[in-house]
Amino acid sequence: MTWDWSAVGDFMPHFWDGLLVTLQALVLGSLISFVLGLVWALLMRAPTRWVRWPVGVVTEFIRNTPLLVQLFFLFYVLPEWDITFSAMTTGVVAIGLHYSTYTMQVYRASIEGVPAGQWEAATALNLPLTRTWTAVILPQAIRRVVPALGNYVISMLKDTPMLMAITVLDMLGEARLFAQQNFQFTEPLTVIGVAFILISYPASLLMRALERRLVR
Amino acid sequence: MTSGLWELVLKGIWVTVQLLVLSALLAAAVSFVVGIARVHRLWIVRFLAGFYTEVFRGTSALIMIFWVFFVLPLAFGWQLVPLWAGTLALGLTYGAYGSEIVRGALNSVDPAQVEGGIALSFTPWQRLRLILLPQAVPEMIPPFSNLLIELLKGTALVSVMGMGDLAFSGNLVRLALQESAEIYTYILLIYFVIAFLLTRLMRGLEKRLKAGIGEVPEKGVSQAELHRPETTGVGGGAA
Repeated sequence: MTWDWSAVGDFMPHFWDGLLVTLQALVLGSLISFVLGLVWALLMRAPTRWVRWPVGVVTEFIRNTPLLVQLFFLFYVLPEWDITFSAMTTGVVAIGLHYSTYTMQVYRASIEGVPAGQWEAATALNLPLTRTWTAVILPQAIRRVVPALGNYVISMLKDTPMLMAITVLDMLGEARLFAQQNFQFTEPLTVIGVAFILISYPASLLMRALERRLVR
Repeated sequence: MTSGLWELVLKGIWVTVQLLVLSALLAAAVSFVVGIARVHRLWIVRFLAGFYTEVFRGTSALIMIFWVFFVLPLAFGWQLVPLWAGTLALGLTYGAYGSEIVRGALNSVDPAQVEGGIALSFTPWQRLRLILLPQAVPEMIPPFSNLLIELLKGTALVSVMGMGDLAFSGNLVRLALQESAEIYTYILLIYFVIAFLLTRLMRGLEKRLKAGIGEVPEKGVSQAELHRPETTGVGGGAA
């Protein structure tokens, strides 16, 4: 076991570049997944099965297939259809889409968790449907959603290294590049591994605390 | 697509299935050992098991794979066959997630059951084997089923290391045909079918195990999504 601190020092500038890319992908991917997940969840409550059924099949399909292959699909197939994005955009869209099928479950469970009495009261007060959703159901549902969504953000963080496979220079991409140029694999890979623990462990503690506060 | 290319895809399926079975076995062993260690009466055992869990859940599976493939040979001189390297990385990572499931299910068994065992002067090992596990294991099956699907999706990661699994064979066919829509659609469909079969299998297993202790499986999406006790995880945990 040889450990070379000077290699760590040389790697650090690349590390910060990679961290920035990783965090950008994480933030944008999370935003897409939060919004899209809510859209899926609301579509799943549509009155006609002609909406529910296709949405259910598509989201089930996306949830049960590997993100990596979905990344390849978007990265190589979209250009064939004359839609070209940068690698980073493709990656963000893929992560957002993949995790929207998870966040959708969270929204669904929390909407179902609002007591039936609340719906009945809204009906009794003759509230229109939009008002029922915006003033009664969603404010109660969102509270319970926050910690569960946070968990998925942490999972998403741990899936961002996959973007490396479509040439994005995130933390792992930078580490691999550095390793191949200098033939020092141990230091950069260990540094980013530790960095992931240092980010995700406090984040998970935070989510646990939030969960205690927000979910009764 | 020609038959030669299909043969490539079939080989890919075989590698994926092998990797899935081996790493699932390793992950299951790790889950039970670490999960049971986390409810051990000595604090040092609990601490070490907890440390293991946090470290392996804290990093990304892909980074673990890189580490096993590149750092292990350089740092310790262990050059593993790709299949075993992939198994090791995936098994250890997903085992850490699984240990949370085991711990959660053990904790959810009614404490009176254990007290009953103590009153009958069972040894700790007998209490675990005869009282705790038979009641806890059926509870673990739904979250383990989710975790198994996550593991299946995780096996695609080894293609980054050039191992010839299903995702990798997709890349080869893309290079051969210079055309990607068709092959990637097939690859995604194959993964979906495998996932579907696994879900069915696990549901059957749950039914059998629950019948063994006189219960019926719950239907539909549960509220568990909101009450996941452990927060970094894929796959969810038993309450």
